[in-house]
Amino acid sequence: MLASGLHAFPFMTRMQPNAAFRKDGDTVAAARSAAPIAIELSNASVTFGRGEKAVPALSETTLRIPDGEFVALVGPSGCGKSTILRLVSGLVRPTTGVVIVGGREVAAKALRIGMAFQNPTMLPWMTIEQNIMLPLKIVEPFRSEFRKLKRTVFRDKAHALLEQVGLKGFASRYPWQLSGGMLQRANLCRALIHEPRMMLLDEPFGALDQFTREELWSILQQLWMMHRPTVLLVTHDLREAAFLASRICVMSARPGRILDDSEVSFTRPRTIEMTFEPDFVALNQRLREFIVNARTAPSDGKP
Amino acid sequence: MTMSEFNIRQKAWSAGLIVLFFVGWELFCLVTGMSDLILPRPSQVLATLFAKFWILWPHILQTLATTMLGFVLGVALGVVLGAIIGVSKVAYDTAYPLLVGFSSIPKVAVVPIFVLWFGSGTVPAVLTALSICFFPIVVNIATGLATTEPELEDVLKALGASKFDILWNVGLPRTMPFFFASLKVAVSYAFVGAVLSETVASNRGIGNVMMTASSNFDVPLVFAGLFVLAFLGVVLYVVFSLIEGQVTGWATRKNDLVAT
Repeated sequence: MLASGLHAFPFMTRMQPNAAFRKDGDTVAAARSAAPIAIELSNASVTFGRGEKAVPALSETTLRIPDGEFVALVGPSGCGKSTILRLVSGLVRPTTGVVIVGGREVAAKALRIGMAFQNPTMLPWMTIEQNIMLPLKIVEPFRSEFRKLKRTVFRDKAHALLEQVGLKGFASRYPWQLSGGMLQRANLCRALIHEPRMMLLDEPFGALDQFTREELWSILQQLWMMHRPTVLLVTHDLREAAFLASRICVMSARPGRILDDSEVSFTRPRTIEMTFEPDFVALNQRLREFIVNARTAPSDGKP
Repeated sequence: MTMSEFNIRQKAWSAGLIVLFFVGWELFCLVTGMSDLILPRPSQVLATLFAKFWILWPHILQTLATTMLGFVLGVALGVVLGAIIGVSKVAYDTAYPLLVGFSSIPKVAVVPIFVLWFGSGTVPAVLTALSICFFPIVVNIATGLATTEPELEDVLKALGASKFDILWNVGLPRTMPFFFASLKVAVSYAFVGAVLSETVASNRGIGNVMMTASSNFDVPLVFAGLFVLAFLGVVLYVVFSLIEGQVTGWATRKNDLVAT
């Protein structure tokens, strides 16, 4: 239990300020090996295009994420964070190396991955409830029972999720009747409805105002603690990464590679107030320095 | 002033303008003493229309039938072509120049070819209607399919959705407003095509009635035909606009929801 506790932190008390952010040490590595690996990139690189037009998007990257961990990817823009998400989801194939997700090499095959982007892309002709149930229409084993259960079990499922994100009573509204923050909550529901073991979030809160964003952090944290999927979150917001993630990977400028990979050990549930405490701020500053250095790194060629 | 009051006022002005147009026409003919061999008065046209309505009736049916047949075939062809072109970028880029080329041929120039192949009468009218009305449908279906949000496609692909799943659940419903918008344009086009072909090569239909009347210098009857065509054109357009509003309300409903 100690092993899983180390990356989930529910049993750990607040660490000393200087220990709040640790390098990926031996203890942690040992702890990780206990949980099955959900996502594994081995020397995976991605280059778009061929010949002279080839654009390297991701340098050879090795990354292992155990089941149930919440990992944030941060880094300068265009560094290949989203490329990692697309690799894991099977939307892009690695140019070199291997990507193993859920014990299998990634093909464009059903993995039951829940995805959410900055743009909530709700279908305008469907109600919120119908939008959220869309994955059930596509993913087995729900798919074959969709007609039978869409008005009973599945609808209840959608309503339960909506209630968890504070959208109770909005099920039969249409997307245009909801604000951006509400749509993004619905987006999270849609990413979770089919009980995915894995959630890939690409700057889901990027377009929201500060207060809505913080509210949604808490909701996402709650959802994660309740359902415990493996989460890979791409974000620009360092506070967001530090608030939500159990582990933060800092990436270099394009073509990206992982510069730093560290645990975040604040107790959960974390609160917004905690983000103003000294060790949280210190962590933010450390991350910030990494990224500033990554942006101006000479390997990039241009600032 | 509320929105509905504004709408009613707007409609009243539109109706007023139409009445004014016909009254002005009537007065112009009376004042200038215009011969009805050149420009009959609207009242004369209406009188002719009522007097000869039962002679016109089978021709009206003929024109409507060819229009609708050409329209239905054109829609079927347009949907299939539009779906193929919209789903595949390669097909879109490859086929587009040919389609544009075909659509820019004046269709009146195609009628003699159809007549050459199929004789004069119903068949060339149907084919002309078809060839003139399928293009807006192809373009609209293809556009609707091509504008699916890439993020949503990614979300669904990551779930393991097949191309067909995406087309069925997202692509086609998204296309519906474009499709129904194109239907009302296409039905007007089909109507133009059918009448065009009847005018050039047929012994039935309103177009033919007008040609015959014209060569007999029965000018009020020519205008009566024109009135019938205008009326039918408007009716077809309105019918498909209403269907559009019913089926794809979600695309335009945004405005009324401000109040809710």
